[in-house]
Amino acid sequence: MLEIKGLQKSFGSLEVLRSVDLDLEKGDVVAILGPSGSGKTTMLRCINFLERADAGEMVFDGEHFDMHRAAKRDIARIRRKTAFVFQNYNLFLNKTALQNVTEGLVIARKFPKAQAEKIAMRALTKVGMADRKDYYPSQLSGGQQQRVAIARALATDPEIILFDEPTSALDPELTGEVLAVMRQLAGEGMTMLVVTHEMGFARNVSSRVIFMENGVIVESGTAKEFFDHPKQERTKAFIRTVQGD
Amino acid sequence: MTERLAEILADSFFKILIPGLTMTIPLTAISFALALVIATAVALVQFANVRVLRQLARFYIWVVRGTPLLVQLYVVFYGMPKLGILLDPFPAAVIVFSINEGAYCAETIRAALEAVPVGQMEAGYCVGMSYLQIIRRIVLPQALRTAFPPLSNSLIALLKDTSLASNITVLEMLMATQRIVARTYEPLALYLEVGAIYLLFSTVLTKLQRVGEKKLARA
Ligand SMILES: Nc1ncnc2c1ncn2[C@@H]1O[C@H](COP(=O)(O)OP(=O)(O)O)[C@@H](O)[C@H]1O
Ligand SMILES: [Mg+2]
Repeated sequence: MLEIKGLQKSFGSLEVLRSVDLDLEKGDVVAILGPSGSGKTTMLRCINFLERADAGEMVFDGEHFDMHRAAKRDIARIRRKTAFVFQNYNLFLNKTALQNVTEGLVIARKFPKAQAEKIAMRALTKVGMADRKDYYPSQLSGGQQQRVAIARALATDPEIILFDEPTSALDPELTGEVLAVMRQLAGEGMTMLVVTHEMGFARNVSSRVIFMENGVIVESGTAKEFFDHPKQERTKAFIRTVQGD
Repeated sequence: MTERLAEILADSFFKILIPGLTMTIPLTAISFALALVIATAVALVQFANVRVLRQLARFYIWVVRGTPLLVQLYVVFYGMPKLGILLDPFPAAVIVFSINEGAYCAETIRAALEAVPVGQMEAGYCVGMSYLQIIRRIVLPQALRTAFPPLSNSLIALLKDTSLASNITVLEMLMATQRIVARTYEPLALYLEVGAIYLLFSTVLTKLQRVGEKKLARA
């Protein structure tokens, strides 16, 4: 469904992504692991064109796009099929939970307000935030904000959701509620690309794990393969560290 | 003597207050409304980095902030007729005050725009909104909220600065007071009186500012 080939990105002289390839089928839940600074965020941002790649090819639903040269119109089209969940939520601060979810529907997609609100309420209910629909982000905890952000992502009916460390900014006791929502989405067959440090999620929820370092994919495989039979020395060392032995 | 003074003060109170209500306040309100329009436009072309307009905006702010308001009033009211542009005092004052205030408010709004976290813009893109939609519905409302207290201060400053319009024969509060002084020779009492009326006006504005800030804080 989504294929990336030869994705490259530098910031000045710093090569952040050196020819990254990626292939997602519908319903895949891919966890991306790797030390900080390895280019995970940049990769997600390039897929959604928040960052313009220096090179790379994207095949999305059979359509080919040059990631370096993609036209505005194509970018808008790709963005409509994707959704992004940020590490720090990025809810619209001047909008209520409900308005955060309807905004993209009403303004970008021109849905009638009543219909947008119906869709939004369904999404908010799914993430357990329906009773807080009139709260502003400043009145919500981090976990609640992130769940609203997930509802906002869901409402636009994306083919894939990109998550960038969705629980990293949360207090430990709040990560569970967000992970539970993500686990539920995975169970329903949502295609997800998830940058995470949550090993439990990577191991138990994701269908595939990718380990990145210094802008390249070091190893990738099914969650079981990856954790139980890692091939690369670097991956073995990483798994030893996260498992704490 | 004090009885005469009391009488003059009582008599002049409405003679000063009425031009305050019919001149000072409309002059302040109209000028500030126009200033906000100018300021928002000037701040946005800088924020969005629109090529030529950005340079024009910087030039405008540079000139306006670098020259005295009184000189600007003189140029427009006494100078422009040389070019065949003859303006009545009130419109001349409105033009100068809105252009002058616009430059200061533009800087306030620009700073507020830049203070909106970049993630707000990115989240807008990710839900499919266009640049202009995001500016209009997400970034600008947040910036105006940030800018509300400093803009309120500018409004209060403008209220007081309208007294300069007396120099171009606008019959506002100070001018009205000067006329009474010329008749009665009681400058101390009368100028204190007009000062007190300005104080009253700005106190009301300060109170309104508080109410506004509370309202904004609730959202
Ligand atoms: N906008 C940017 N400008 C310059 N350098 C950047 C920018 N964004 C990221 N980087 C650099 O790129 C590298 C990879 O960053 P990132 O993709 O955020 O890594 P990760 O998400 O894996 O921690 C880091 O060294 C980071 O400092
Ligand atoms: Mg990151």
